[in-house]
Amino acid sequence: MIASYRLIDLILITLVIVTGVAAVRVRNLFVATMLMSIYSLLMAMVWMNLDSMDVSFTEAAVGAGISTVLLIGTLAQTGTAEKVPARVSWTAVAIVGLTTAALLYGTLDMPRFGDPKAPVHVHPVSVGYIEQNVEKTPDAGRNFTPTPPLPPHQGDGHHRNDYFHGHVPNYVTAVIVSYRGYDTMYETTVILIAGMSMVLLLRRRRKESP
Amino acid sequence: MREQPILRILTKQMFPFILVFGFYVIAHGELSPGGGFQGGVTLAAAFILYAMVFGRDEMHRIFPRRVSDTLMASGVLVYAGTGTYCLIAGYRFLDYTAITPSNPGGAESWGMTLVEYGVGITVSSVMLTIYSEITEPADEPGPRPL
Repeated sequence: MIASYRLIDLILITLVIVTGVAAVRVRNLFVATMLMSIYSLLMAMVWMNLDSMDVSFTEAAVGAGISTVLLIGTLAQTGTAEKVPARVSWTAVAIVGLTTAALLYGTLDMPRFGDPKAPVHVHPVSVGYIEQNVEKTPDAGRNFTPTPPLPPHQGDGHHRNDYFHGHVPNYVTAVIVSYRGYDTMYETTVILIAGMSMVLLLRRRRKESP
Repeated sequence: MREQPILRILTKQMFPFILVFGFYVIAHGELSPGGGFQGGVTLAAAFILYAMVFGRDEMHRIFPRRVSDTLMASGVLVYAGTGTYCLIAGYRFLDYTAITPSNPGGAESWGMTLVEYGVGITVSSVMLTIYSEITEPADEPGPRPL
């Protein structure tokens, strides 16, 4: 008997594949843009089904929302039909097929989905971050057996496994902003550079011809 | 689209709520799903909706280009400034304990909120800039972009 959430997953994945193929095949670019938007929304639902709310939120806001608006804005400036009908390049098909096979082969080494003994869950750092969330919200960490709290550190008098005293229950943000703070800072800088490029490339064109 | 009364009224009604939701997502980044990036995009979406219904010039009247350009850079400044403050206070770069050393957990929460605001400010103004620059029609005759 298949579990209900697995069934939903199956339906969603099927729809995702259908939408992706349709977005590639269709010639009208407006239709392709809307199909990509639908694809993102479906992916957001898939992420939500996998309990990764942060990724789902990002996918819905950025993939389905802003990207669609930006693509449609671009299409309003250019044309809406693909000029050259794409021919199937069998070399490309072979490369993509080989890459897919290699990636699928790579997933065989991955731990079972939701396995509490997976390396990512037993590493000391992740144990600390996961314990932020356990018992702070009713559903979090339901497959996770918390380890007994370790004795306080020498010097700073708090438990080793609860870095933030429960102040940061969302450990995705804790990892992104605290553990990998440098990374996020430079990601923000990349976004700033993107905005600066838009200003430098597209704004001057208009200023010179009022 | 400017003569549609339903769209105009609906947009005016929804605009503040989208902004509040965006700020909620940014401010609760360390407590619930979301964070600076998602909240920033939501904030930008409010202004993009405004620009789509009332026109880009009207949007630039309430949110001028100069302001969005300044905010774009100041978001990164808030982020890096938080890190530099920790450095000056005698801790490592982005070690938020420096904010209230007596309560490291609360300091982490504070630092994350500050940093998320930095990310949110940058992301929202950059998204708005990209939108308004991309959709601006080319005034001069001649080769269009792309």
